[in-house]
Amino acid sequence: MAAAVSFDLERAWRVDPRVSMRPEPFGALLYHFGTRRLSFLKNQTVLAVVRSLADHPSARSACLASGVTDAELPAYTRALAALADSKMITERMPS
Amino acid sequence: MTLAPDMAPPGTVLSGSTVLSKSTVLSGSTVLSKSTVLSGSTVLSGSTAAGSSANPGKLTDLFQLGLDAPICLTWELTYACNLSCVHCLSSSGRRDPRELSTGECKAVIDTLERMQVFYVNIGGGEPTVRPDFWELVDYAAEHHVGVKFSTNGVKLDAKAAAKLAASDYVDVQISLDGATREVNDAVRGPGSYDTAMRAMRNLADAGFKGFKLSVVMTRHNIPQIDQFKEIADRFGAQLRLTRLRPSGRGADSWDELHPRPEQQRELYDWLVAHGDQVLTGDSFFHLSAFGGGALPGLNLCGAGRVVCLIDPVGDVYACPFAIHENFLAGNVREAGGFESVWKTSTLFSDLRKPDTGGACKSCGFYDSCRGGCMAAKFFTGLPMDGPDPECVQGYGEAALASAVIAPRSSVDHSHRTSPAPRTPLEPVPVTIGRRRPPAHDCDESPLAGFAAGAEQGCGCG
Repeated sequence: MAAAVSFDLERAWRVDPRVSMRPEPFGALLYHFGTRRLSFLKNQTVLAVVRSLADHPSARSACLASGVTDAELPAYTRALAALADSKMITERMPS
Repeated sequence: MTLAPDMAPPGTVLSGSTVLSKSTVLSGSTVLSKSTVLSGSTVLSGSTAAGSSANPGKLTDLFQLGLDAPICLTWELTYACNLSCVHCLSSSGRRDPRELSTGECKAVIDTLERMQVFYVNIGGGEPTVRPDFWELVDYAAEHHVGVKFSTNGVKLDAKAAAKLAASDYVDVQISLDGATREVNDAVRGPGSYDTAMRAMRNLADAGFKGFKLSVVMTRHNIPQIDQFKEIADRFGAQLRLTRLRPSGRGADSWDELHPRPEQQRELYDWLVAHGDQVLTGDSFFHLSAFGGGALPGLNLCGAGRVVCLIDPVGDVYACPFAIHENFLAGNVREAGGFESVWKTSTLFSDLRKPDTGGACKSCGFYDSCRGGCMAAKFFTGLPMDGPDPECVQGYGEAALASAVIAPRSSVDHSHRTSPAPRTPLEPVPVTIGRRRPPAHDCDESPLAGFAAGAEQGCGCG
């Protein structure tokens, strides 16, 4: 966790169109055809957050709508930061 | 292939910059591009720690129970090959007349698309000698199944290289087992070094960045690791190193080719120092028991859990290094096809049961290596629940001293003109105290992590 978290919860995000997402019993696997990287989501809540990113004006809104509590928010922010760092999710223009 | 953030001890540096701890990981990523893989290879990165309340269990444990579809699937399109490598894990050479037809291959691709198998590692044999090879690659890409194929380069002329450079969905892995002509051709045959170098030059000239240079590590080429890295750098390729397995014809060459104990340490140290720059198909997880920290990737045998093999006649095996009836789960031509085999085969169900550790359970390094490679054990005559024949803690040698005669695969498509095995096929008594079993004792091979390169990759590479 050495990497500093630099993820803007207030901005609008989406899953990169080149990413394929496959649900699994533990969460989901993501594969990016452009970078050829595989990622995984380790529980259903983070999967719900990622899936709904494109429908919310901000990542914070997506987290709250999926039931993430204030106490849990830092952990989910770090997860999203990791996904952004690996290009699985990218910023979008707010709708 | 491999993803195992939870296996990493605190402080282990994965992917060069990310320090993982044992806390819960909500998301993580693995470079598969391998491959490898399987390999192949997978580097964890970007993992994020979160509160333990969200932790449903260690990822390794979850993967151990199997996935809805494989992460890394190796598909050997043909047993035909222009070469006769002495360590070929699939004993390739002659085409099998029962080979899947073009239509049957497309039906398999349709199934993979439906199951959301992200990509397949295509190998052989030499897959590019199939007349419909490019048609199948195009079909896979059109159906969102990525392809990484392994080749000795025989068909990679300038035109093919240009086509490959233009596709996002296709990755290429060139096999080379010596950084010099002498070392390579002794294993892969006369002319194979020049063929591979020409193919890499064509890919580089076409602007293909980051294709893979795949090397099976042997006693003779471990001293050349830095030279391999220089070759890869020269062509803008990524280096992929995988483990030699006593599978296929590798059974016959194992005694002469497998790394010496001190070379295993040399290789481990090199991987620790350069792990973020190379792919391994996660095939060296048995080396993690050196205790200096786990290597990047999923330190777990993925056979039947996250990887498997489809052979040229449609037989589905637990991993690319396990072409033997004991690891045959079914055939894609059966009702239900590949999906049914993956989800319902008795063999795969058994492989997905938690490991007991067996004879290795009391070893302090079991959590690091998980007992090593299933195929390496099987084809050296060792029990599945005991140590790997190349156990770095030395338990393999003791086990080999009392090993039963190793099984051989009945699947052999070697060119009939190939040199006959130097050792007899009949069982030979093993003398107590022998350091290694006779070469003929070993026979086939599986995969360790995932990747599976066409040659000797482990998982996803």
